[in-house]
Amino acid sequence: MGDDTADGASEGDLEQNDGQRFGRLPTTAAERTVEGRASREEVVDYFADRFAIPPETFDDYTFWEKGAGKIWIYGGDAPSPITIEAIGMTCLRTRQEHWKPTTDFVQRFGREAGECVIELEAEEARAFAAGEDQDLERWDGDWGYLIAAHRIAGALEPIGVGLYVHGELRSMVPKGRQREL
Amino acid sequence: MEPLERYRPIVDDFEAFLAACERPLGNAVRVNTIKASVDRATTVLEEEGVGYEGAHWNPRVLRLETDSPGSTWSSFHGFTHGQEEVSAVPATVLEPEPGERVWDCCAAPGGKATQLAALMDDRGTVVANDSNLGRISALRFNAERLGATSLAVTNDDARNYSLERFDFDEFDRALVDAPCSCEGTIRKNPDALDGWSEGYLDEVSGIQKGIIRRAVQATGEGGTIVYSTCTFAPEENEAVVQHVLEREDCRIVDFDLSLEHSPGLTEWDGEEYDERLERAARIYPHQNDTGGFFVAKLEVTA
Ligand SMILES: C[S@@+](CC[C@H](N)C(=O)[O-])C[C@H]1O[C@@H](n2cnc3c(N)ncnc32)[C@H](O)[C@@H]1O
Repeated sequence: MGDDTADGASEGDLEQNDGQRFGRLPTTAAERTVEGRASREEVVDYFADRFAIPPETFDDYTFWEKGAGKIWIYGGDAPSPITIEAIGMTCLRTRQEHWKPTTDFVQRFGREAGECVIELEAEEARAFAAGEDQDLERWDGDWGYLIAAHRIAGALEPIGVGLYVHGELRSMVPKGRQREL
Repeated sequence: MEPLERYRPIVDDFEAFLAACERPLGNAVRVNTIKASVDRATTVLEEEGVGYEGAHWNPRVLRLETDSPGSTWSSFHGFTHGQEEVSAVPATVLEPEPGERVWDCCAAPGGKATQLAALMDDRGTVVANDSNLGRISALRFNAERLGATSLAVTNDDARNYSLERFDFDEFDRALVDAPCSCEGTIRKNPDALDGWSEGYLDEVSGIQKGIIRRAVQATGEGGTIVYSTCTFAPEENEAVVQHVLEREDCRIVDFDLSLEHSPGLTEWDGEEYDERLERAARIYPHQNDTGGFFVAKLEVTA
């Protein structure tokens, strides 16, 4: 299995990813048994490095892959691999150059984030939730995927994921989640 | 309203019952405590100018004064979820605790499964199953929007459900929110009674009996089962519970419910049921100005 991978010998013994079932992420890259699969450590580090979400946030959760690079976060019990419809919630897209968190994940865990959070004004927040892209020159942080948030009832609340490039914030809120508020 | 005539002998103040069934129902939401406290959710609603009134029996249930509860920030953030007031009863009667393994046999579109997760502080395992693949997508959408990380979603017939796929072999609790003739949803769906027939009652009660039996079998000794429907027909309620009492190791137990309700029936249409069925609850629309529901609680005894 897997000897047709382009990466050569080191990946040679790894299984191919089976997109039909959920497989638990290995703790570290060294324990990887499925070709191209991210490790738990890489996922937790990504959330810490990019968004400063404390790694302890995820102590009671496991991460799973189904499909190519779709990562799920789960708090319950399950053996690996497992063929079911869903396990917890989708949290991250890997197997692409820039990993991309999901809107529902940042709504659930994004309050823990300390970096790459862009605070929107009321009108901007409404446009973002409706799925609109907007010019936002004031951001001088990193480009790429950001957590868009707004202040509501006295606290900052994440709305979803935005892609910031060239002075523009593109809303990544999926169609089915967009709302005119 | 014609099919409801058969309940004249069992419903107190039948005219008030009929009148209530003809009144449309307001919008209720449940606060999703996985994402926000009741305090935070209501503060957001106030800031948005949406009026609300808390249900006296459950502080997490709010009656909203708006026609579009889905287009509020509170809903967008998943702080609130549209759920009929009485439909929030079964999960509270099941009383799941954090860390437990709970089976929601008929879970789509997920109002009660996500409520179970919230009652468990989203810690533990809620296996949310439904046989209808089309409805599973709505269940998944709601689970993600509400941030429920403790849900495992499966698509099978609950009547011969296998636990082999998991690394545990029994549940601590199960909710059987069975498919039913939905008479109690008449205020939300005025055509709910259109396809009503005694033949359908026979057919659906066969399915209900199969599901509740499997739920008792899959739950460990001392575990709890809640059986609920949104219908009045005793054939789908007391008769189904009677069926499982006679065939599986379980007994009916009491529960507190501070919504006005009537006791379960001990006889109907010439059939006699276990007298403890009085401990089940029949909630009629005129009693609390809600939809209708039936709820029974069982303990697994072996
Ligand atoms: C009353 S609805 C459940 C509502 C759900 N508990 C909620 O709160 O959102 C009944 C469900 O039972 C499902 N169902 C019907 N027959 C079934 C069976 N044999 N096994 C599992 N699910 C079944 C239907 O697809 C339907 O979604």
